[in-house]
Amino acid sequence: MSRTLSAPVTVAFDYTRSTGPVLGRFLTGLRDQRVVGGRTSEGRVVVPPPEFDPVTHQQLDDFVEVADTGTVTSWTWVPEPVAGQPLDRPFAFALVTLDGADAPIVHALDVASPDQVRTGMRVRVRWAAERVGAITDIACFEPAEDAPTGSATELGDLGDNPVTGVITPVELDYQYAASPEESAFYRAIAEGRIIGQRCPACGKVYVPPRSACPADGTPTTDEVELSQTGTVTTFCIVNVPFLGQRITPPYVSAYVLLDGADIAFLHLILDIPAEEVRMGMRVKAVWKPREEWGTTIENISHFSPTGDPDADYDTYKHHL
Amino acid sequence: MAKQPAAIVGVGQTHHRAKREDVSMAGLCREAIDRALEDANLSLEDIDAIVVGKAPDLFEGVMMPELFLAESLGAAGKPLLRVHTAGSVGGSTAIVASSLVQAGVHKRVLTVAYEKQSESNAMWALSVPVPFNMPVHAGAGGYFAPHVRSYIRRSGAPTHVGAIVAAKDRQNALRNPYAHLRNPDTTVESVLASQVLWDPIRYDETCPSSDGACAMVIVDEDTAAASPNPAWIHGTVMRSEATTAAERDQVNPQAGRDAAAYLWKQAGITDPLKEIDAAEIYVPFSWFEPMWLENLGFTAEGEGWKLTESGGTAMDGALPVNCSGGVLSSNPIGASGMLRFGEAALQVRGAAGEHQVDGARRALGHAYGGGSQFFAMWVVGADRPTN
Repeated sequence: MSRTLSAPVTVAFDYTRSTGPVLGRFLTGLRDQRVVGGRTSEGRVVVPPPEFDPVTHQQLDDFVEVADTGTVTSWTWVPEPVAGQPLDRPFAFALVTLDGADAPIVHALDVASPDQVRTGMRVRVRWAAERVGAITDIACFEPAEDAPTGSATELGDLGDNPVTGVITPVELDYQYAASPEESAFYRAIAEGRIIGQRCPACGKVYVPPRSACPADGTPTTDEVELSQTGTVTTFCIVNVPFLGQRITPPYVSAYVLLDGADIAFLHLILDIPAEEVRMGMRVKAVWKPREEWGTTIENISHFSPTGDPDADYDTYKHHL
Repeated sequence: MAKQPAAIVGVGQTHHRAKREDVSMAGLCREAIDRALEDANLSLEDIDAIVVGKAPDLFEGVMMPELFLAESLGAAGKPLLRVHTAGSVGGSTAIVASSLVQAGVHKRVLTVAYEKQSESNAMWALSVPVPFNMPVHAGAGGYFAPHVRSYIRRSGAPTHVGAIVAAKDRQNALRNPYAHLRNPDTTVESVLASQVLWDPIRYDETCPSSDGACAMVIVDEDTAAASPNPAWIHGTVMRSEATTAAERDQVNPQAGRDAAAYLWKQAGITDPLKEIDAAEIYVPFSWFEPMWLENLGFTAEGEGWKLTESGGTAMDGALPVNCSGGVLSSNPIGASGMLRFGEAALQVRGAAGEHQVDGARRALGHAYGGGSQFFAMWVVGADRPTN
């Protein structure tokens, strides 16, 4: 058995990006199979156009259309593409200086092997069949040895439906690892027990246990089994729905201070109308049916009022 | 060696809105930067170093703002630093920038902080379920609401004090052309009638989601000589504390108390309520005004709500708090702390426009972040510090 528990976590969100006028012009061009570059104060044509001039720092306002053909100025081979890369087969990432531009753009070059790439080779944009105003409108570059050398031209009208935003999905997949102390806690939870650890220096009992006392940094080693009853120190009633929420509002999110512990933890209070929950209310753990248990605090479905008189304020006020 | 004197000679901010879809992140920053430079009568060529701050990475899905913003911020060929302390980052960023001048490393430092909340979802980002844990987290409001309840219980404050703060700050915002929320009809009664989101916190007692940026130019004494109204830095402080220590005081955190005590000492202030003319305090939920009044030492513990309830924190009160409308009226999270610091500077420069406190000579800028475990503060003054 591994010393620690771990579980996969995916954090994913479709972020939106306002492009601003400069990059918006570049993306609008791509949608129409046109590559827009910006001319800097030093007369260099750069693709994509920088938002602000590197010398004068003013917002760029001089735009040209460059060719969709160009020359590879450097490259690297990608033998094993990963999810989200432009091509799902081995390809080259290439720096391509488009005809009419003075600085390269980086993109994928679709060739079968590194033998088919060389610095100086001529290439052409392969446009995506469906274009939405994003860098992916350029599907990739492809070899075009015979392509004539193009040049920069005046940028004509880009129409009256400019691109102003793009969607940028971000997804992080990782393995969450609980500490050895937390793992022991969750394994005890899987047996219906709640354990904490006492700091040998300050004597405080932490639940869930930490690897070290947050107050003095001392490794916590002394295991303590805790009561399954405790006191609500403070709480809020969550009435607001939000993206990713796992419990349907309204619900009471409460700090529960177990008897024998020196720190409260957050859990759910049920079996009582939300408006009747009180600071100082005595509660007990209510467990899910044993067959539903895993190594998670969610084995405790919620905390429920014990019916005992409320705890005296003085007994928990130093936990607020 | 003693610190070198440093002063703020330029403050710039964007018009804060729910969605600034007309500009990119770089464009948003530049809007604030260009205003700060114009205010300072300087250009990017005059700047020695740039310090940038923004809110936690998941809020916008931008992990390395310093990397993708460097050119747009004019940082090519110059030192560029990024600061990161959750919601207090705007304050911490300004302090790092000022320390570069106070240390004599640089003469003219540009600092900028920003946030485009419209490109993301902060509530989601703050509530991502962690394996094995109970999924009861509900954003910043869900985090702070239990501690507000604790404050009310501990202090015995009447339950309408939060509404007094919200109504005051929303009215103050009407005097600030850059403020996001502009609700002339907000009153104590209307706040009390608004929906309870995270009991005991109501909708109108909550900060908005904003897009915005703030920038400042902080300079040495020689450069400040050219400014008609420099805001001199009289003290800066940052403190942090453990998030989850047993018996940690979440209502009146130790780090905030310690930070304030050290700040007043640096600034030679013995009675902050009397000696501070205007305060910009980080109040994302209305009840944090009385809580931080106590934490900062403006009042005794348990007495903060009395100052608020008596009108003492209104524009014409003993201690005008958040004359700009504060975080409750504009909340581009990454920039919110710097806005507090910048607004404090505007007050002592006499440059706060319609929300100027007459004759303000010394002002506090304050920010906090995370689960109340990061604090950043400064005192700025119209006079060059003598110590």
